Amino acid sequence: MAQKAYLGVDVGSVSTNLVLLNEQGEVLEKLYLRTRGEPIAVIQEGMRMLASAASGMEIAGVGTTGSGRRLAAVILGADCVKNEITAHAVASARVVPDVRTVIEIGGQDSKIIILRDGAVLDFAMNTVCAAGTGSFLDQQAARLGVPIERFGELALMSTTPVRIAGRCAVFAESDMIHKQQMGHRIEDIVAGLCEALVRNYLNNVGKGKDIRPPVVFQGGVAANAGMRAAFEKALGTPVAVPEHYNVMGAIGAALLAAEEMERRGAPSHFRGFQALDMDYSATSFECKGCPNLCEVVNIKMGHEVIARWGSRCGRWDSF
Amino acid sequence: MKITFAHMGNLYITVKALLEDLGAEVVVPPMPSKRTLSIGSRHSPEFACLPLKVNIGNYIEAMELGADTIAMAGGVGPCRFGLYGEVQREILKALGYEFEMIIIEPPQGRLRHVLRQLGRLVGRNPVGKYVRAARLAWAKMTAVDELEKVVQRVRPFEGRRGAATAALASALKLVDEASSIVQVKRALEDGREMLLSVRAPEGDAPDPPRIGIVGEVYVVLEPFVNFDVERRLGEMGVLVERSIYIGDWVREHLFKDLFRLRKGRRPYDLAKPYLCHFVGGHGVETVGHTVEYARQKFDGVIQLAPFTCMPEIVAQDVLPAVSRDLGIPVMTLVFDEHSSDAGVLTRLEAFVDLVERSCRRRAAKGARG
Ligand code: SF4
Ligand code: SF4
Repeated sequence: MAQKAYLGVDVGSVSTNLVLLNEQGEVLEKLYLRTRGEPIAVIQEGMRMLASAASGMEIAGVGTTGSGRRLAAVILGADCVKNEITAHAVASARVVPDVRTVIEIGGQDSKIIILRDGAVLDFAMNTVCAAGTGSFLDQQAARLGVPIERFGELALMSTTPVRIAGRCAVFAESDMIHKQQMGHRIEDIVAGLCEALVRNYLNNVGKGKDIRPPVVFQGGVAANAGMRAAFEKALGTPVAVPEHYNVMGAIGAALLAAEEMERRGAPSHFRGFQALDMDYSATSFECKGCPNLCEVVNIKMGHEVIARWGSRCGRWDSF
Repeated sequence: MKITFAHMGNLYITVKALLEDLGAEVVVPPMPSKRTLSIGSRHSPEFACLPLKVNIGNYIEAMELGADTIAMAGGVGPCRFGLYGEVQREILKALGYEFEMIIIEPPQGRLRHVLRQLGRLVGRNPVGKYVRAARLAWAKMTAVDELEKVVQRVRPFEGRRGAATAALASALKLVDEASSIVQVKRALEDGREMLLSVRAPEGDAPDPPRIGIVGEVYVVLEPFVNFDVERRLGEMGVLVERSIYIGDWVREHLFKDLFRLRKGRRPYDLAKPYLCHFVGGHGVETVGHTVEYARQKFDGVIQLAPFTCMPEIVAQDVLPAVSRDLGIPVMTLVFDEHSSDAGVLTRLEAFVDLVERSCRRRAAKGARG
């Protein structure tokens, strides 16, 4: 009998991640791709890349998450569609079963999740403020002329981090330029920036949250050793970064799909790898039904509309 | 003279009934939409609270339809609500609109004062006419509140997605069109029937999670600004209750001092361990109701607040302590003109997951122990 595998897909505005897990929940295959504003094409591309690895396996369940979770779900034929908070929490609790705090900083947003006994107790999400996201760090690294891969390493070399105002992305940036002009060493500035971002995160996203160890740090930014060190310093506790830190959302989606399949006891809705070569498209129109002028999105497979969303009143939801 | 007023949920049904029965010509502003919000935000100070911005949008859209007189309720206390009338008048004047604005203040006592203010709006009327109009409006208000409670109880069990919402709209229309108290009663009965008939034939799902909604009155009552939280939660299978209905707000604002009714002290007593002084707006109620929902064994509480709303920020600061002490999950959703549907939906889904997973956990524990 073919080996069973579970597919998890996390579609965000910056990155799209795919993972294949075996029945034990171990990662067989993982992909981290840029979304580039073309989620459909990226999902298709990712699936093509996974197809050979998955040959001879039975895809027993598909889970999607991220801001593009519904889109991914209709294209793939998902069994389980979940929000990012639940997906990240589930993945984290799998890696560190007694985890009580999850810090997640990705390309476009950041979250904090508080767990007790493996269940989510509290959470917060920041989707508006740019300071503290992966994209902001990338920009600042570029500005300082430091490759982002070396950013963390440099930060760790600092002995006296510079204090940078991190309240807001715009201030942080101008303050950093100022410190640079004053002749501070680059590693001190880099370390100072990490500390500022951590302070900003704890004061905004983490505000009022009961942060206790064990703490897990995941999301793209967790690769940055400087950020991890700054969290450890601020929290006074070790911070664990899981091996697959940058695809935890996708792992969570796959685990949730496995859970769902067990509960349901029916075959997966997965459309199959061949179906991905179908011509999928997203078109939109403006509903003139009322002054909300909703932008309604149609997802088509060939000429057939397979999903639709975007109306505030729900009038276009069924078709 | 064509009178208009700002929207707040289904309050328009009550206000329209009152004014029309007194012989006034009423222009109900179009239901708040993205257009309303964008007009309102464009013409309001950046730092103004969200309710003020939507109000401005309502007034402008109503004046586009010919309204020339604006009626609004004033406010009390340190909260900015007390300044709304003046600020709004200035904004609209500066934009060149010609209109009259009548601010109905909760008076320091006298019914005569309210009647005089109403009289300025609708012309002189015999007292009996006021009484009749007030009774009809009151009946409609009570009916609307009742229907909103019924829809909360049936939505999680509807057979077809959206059926409860559609039934509510038809029921509200019946109430709105009723022209006597008898007709209002019949509309309420018919409406209740329609709502109850949307339940799935298989019967209700067992033991749905229960979530209480608390927070600033305007965002709690106005589905447009809160992205339809109640409908969203209901469609996810949650039984929703909220801490305030239109009737509560009207009673508080118009009749508190008037009939010298003491407001129910309960939320204040319950909030005491966490917040012991008046913070304006509904900050204390938010905390008190959260405590109450925890005591009634709700599975979670969601606080709704406009961005920069001081009373709710104060409440938000103490809610984590309430949540910890009483073991009830609490989430705060903050709204402004930049809030997005996707962001709100993701948070709601995550919160419902949290609540369900903890329900299930409790059920599993209960079965074992
Ligand atoms: S979809 Fe509904 S809310 Fe949106 S514009 Fe059309 S009628 Fe209005
Ligand atoms: S209660 Fe909040 S939203 Fe309302 S007026 Fe006061 S500060 Fe503004």
